[in-house]
Amino acid sequence: MSFTIRKQGEIVVVDVEGQLIVGNRQELKQKVLDELEKGEKRFLIDFTQTGYIDSSGLGVLVSLSKKIREQGGELRLANLNDDLKTLFELTKLDTLFQISDSRERALESF
Amino acid sequence: MAKMRVTLDLEIPSDVHEIERVVELVQKECRQLKIEPEKCSLNVPVALTEALSNAILRGNGDDASKHVRVRASVNKAGDMLVVDVTDEGPGFDLPSSTRNCTTAENVLREDGRGLYLMQCLVHRVEQFADGGNTVRLTVQRG
Repeated sequence: MSFTIRKQGEIVVVDVEGQLIVGNRQELKQKVLDELEKGEKRFLIDFTQTGYIDSSGLGVLVSLSKKIREQGGELRLANLNDDLKTLFELTKLDTLFQISDSRERALESF
Repeated sequence: MAKMRVTLDLEIPSDVHEIERVVELVQKECRQLKIEPEKCSLNVPVALTEALSNAILRGNGDDASKHVRVRASVNKAGDMLVVDVTDEGPGFDLPSSTRNCTTAENVLREDGRGLYLMQCLVHRVEQFADGGNTVRLTVQRG
């Protein structure tokens, strides 16, 4: 599993490769918080290459969303597969996040 | 419980980095049983990850000297997989520990989704003491 961070214009894009679970969620959190500390405000997490997410991974997304909003920024999500959509629907987190079906649409939505 | 055939029996160190390896082994069992693809790719891995992380972090208190036992068994008809996750902790009460994470006041919380998800994703979740604290996940085909 790995997290890749790159800038596309004014937006920090994070690719999550593999699972986002209890064993690695802290790494994702720290990487995003480091960017937030540098002054970045707009974040997109792309789940194209993600297998599954557990409750601690979902918790990190909620936590990051709150912290980014507190700094006047925005966290959006893209490319959830059907399994991940089910997970977000079950936990009602689909009501909390703006979720796009493609990276391009997500980038345009900021 | 009807007679079951044990297909996997292992003890892992109490370390969250062991979780993915165990989940992969159980996913393999699911596929062999021809359990529906979405259960193999989502329901089982997420529910089992929750059970294992609870066992490691709460049951065993994140104590690396302790262990978690994982035992998977299959019924005679081959359409039901039962996974027992046993830690060295004192146990907990499943109903009173489960919170509905979808209410307006809980949806913004960072924690409290694990037991809820587990119960949404598999056919049955049970908890009992059996020489340790065991959480039993039952997954059925169909």
